[in-house]
Amino acid sequence: MQIARLCLVAAATVALASPTVAADNDTLTIGFTVSQTGKLNTDSIAQMRGFDLWRDQVNEKGGIKVGGKDYKIKFVSYDDESQNGRVQQLYTRLITQDKAQFLFSPYSSGLTATAAIISEQYGKVMLTTGAAEEKTYELGNKHLFQVYSPAAQYLAGALQALKEKNPNAKIAFVYEDDPFSKAVAHATRDLAKKEHLAIVLDEAYSGSTTDFGPIINKIIASKADALLGGGHYADGSTLARQLHDQNANLKWVTLLVAPDSPKFAELGAAANHISVPSQWEPQVKFKPDFGPTAQEFTKAFNTKYDVDPGYHAAGGYAAGLILQHAIEQAKSIEPGKVAAALNKMVVTTMFGRTKFATDAKQHGLQIGHDMVLAQWQMKDGKLVKEVIWPSAAKTADIAMN
Amino acid sequence: MAQILASVIDGVLIGSIYGLAAMGLTLIWGVMNVINLSHGAVIVLGMFALYYLSSVLGLNAYAALPIVIVIGFGVGVALYWIAVHRVIGRPPLMSLLSTFAVNMVLIGLGTAFWSTSPYNVPVSLPSVSWQGYTYTGTHIVAAALAVVIAGLLYLLLYRTRVGKAVRAVAANRAAAEVCGIPTTQVLALSFGVGVTLAFASGMLIATLFPFTVLSGGAYQLKSFVVTVLGGLGNPAGALLGGLFLGLIEGVATPFMPVSWMPMIEFVLFVFVLIAFPSGIFSFTRK
Repeated sequence: MQIARLCLVAAATVALASPTVAADNDTLTIGFTVSQTGKLNTDSIAQMRGFDLWRDQVNEKGGIKVGGKDYKIKFVSYDDESQNGRVQQLYTRLITQDKAQFLFSPYSSGLTATAAIISEQYGKVMLTTGAAEEKTYELGNKHLFQVYSPAAQYLAGALQALKEKNPNAKIAFVYEDDPFSKAVAHATRDLAKKEHLAIVLDEAYSGSTTDFGPIINKIIASKADALLGGGHYADGSTLARQLHDQNANLKWVTLLVAPDSPKFAELGAAANHISVPSQWEPQVKFKPDFGPTAQEFTKAFNTKYDVDPGYHAAGGYAAGLILQHAIEQAKSIEPGKVAAALNKMVVTTMFGRTKFATDAKQHGLQIGHDMVLAQWQMKDGKLVKEVIWPSAAKTADIAMN
Repeated sequence: MAQILASVIDGVLIGSIYGLAAMGLTLIWGVMNVINLSHGAVIVLGMFALYYLSSVLGLNAYAALPIVIVIGFGVGVALYWIAVHRVIGRPPLMSLLSTFAVNMVLIGLGTAFWSTSPYNVPVSLPSVSWQGYTYTGTHIVAAALAVVIAGLLYLLLYRTRVGKAVRAVAANRAAAEVCGIPTTQVLALSFGVGVTLAFASGMLIATLFPFTVLSGGAYQLKSFVVTVLGGLGNPAGALLGGLFLGLIEGVATPFMPVSWMPMIEFVLFVFVLIAFPSGIFSFTRK
């Protein structure tokens, strides 16, 4: 009995001492968290699908070639429940127990800011996607690289397009009270002031808001004819539906993030003419230096998931492509050498151009990528998302209410 | 002025639904001294019940109300026997933990089945417009139904033998038992009715706004505020408390950022607890 107990204790000790996932020699372990649950899950799961498609395609082709060796990709991921506290625990676990060699960010600027503290502390290269707020890149991080265009650019195109259509527009800024949405709204508000556009309302709301009635009454009272703002999927789709139900009489509505999801079309007439700043759309025609074209990616994604990709999915896929290219260029899996390759990188992928800032004040900030403005338009009784800005990339004219 | 009036009307319309949700919470507290921490999760079940009946089975959203009520009552009675019956009369912490566990189980199961993605029940009714403000038909009908359901609860409690038994058990369970009232069955029925009210309020909310598995938390918090405003254990006070809370939201929001409202509501919550521990609508208690 005593011996059996000792054996049990010994086995338990060994099991606890061993890392959950051992990194074997021919495998590259990439760690990240996904908001499988919580308010960010719609966008986060789309991003994860992009990661997964990239991994599957790389592994089908034999892996990433580094110095005559092929490394298969292995993911370790956990559900962060859309909570900062979970991200802090799980990124530490990914690095110390799961031995992740590289990291992808969680979805959203808020969660990524937390993950970045951990990744930087351990000197791990982390590709951030779905994390546009600039502040995280202004803290002297050396291993953080942003795939998305920064937050300040999100509504800049919408503002230009609006000014072109209606120079006397009266704008209401209504946005979620979270780091990303606030960063976007504040940057755009400053830009609108410079452009001498009238701002008639500036209102932040909690991400858990379900009744936008009081805010819509304020919009109507302000006599705004354009609304810029939103936040993420849950609040943005609710706001769009109530703007329609309460007939807010807006000529122009641009919301962040939510309208990019194919699920947004389920709102029916409430989705019509809502525009969204987009990091990427399936119609773009970039000539990639490596990897698939946007159309090839869209086809592969649709085959795997039976739905067209939005920019969150494309961003996830692009993060994988960019990391792969950096590893191949570095001819090494050492974080320092891969970070150096990323610093030097100026490439075009299916996601567009990528270049990272290298000065210490904003190291890793994305400075090569441009955004487009997409809009849901009813065509033959069916909602389709068209690119309406910039003019050079547009697939349809701007439609106003 | 038009904006304030519009906000007040909106506030009263939504306040009636807050009141209905809180009536379920306060009824359960009043009859069996149980603070039902699964209230928010049960509201969400009402939302999903409507989603399935309306979007999946194709029933008219309002025609689904009687079915939602029957389901709600069945779920409530089942929850009573599973999680509440054994902790009645025990220290309050026991029932708090028990109903909190039910809350976690329901949210966990809901997350597994439906994830935390938003769901939408499209309901379209003609709207009323006045001075540029639109009052949606769904809000008006939901508020009217909330008042009707509250009225039916009043009739049940004050115009039926069952209601008399419920009030007797709430007043003194031991004395009610001596008088031959089957108190355990009355407690199960009361819990069932309380959960039915939560189901009905969830269903009405689902006709207005998109919802997720996690939406119940916000309505549970509002229900606590409303319950305290109306007086613990006082269903009529809860309805008035709901209307009062909606009115405050309506009157205050034109003058301050909407994001301040939760803070104001909880300041009010603490103030009423300290200054009017019986609630500000305690005069409605019989």
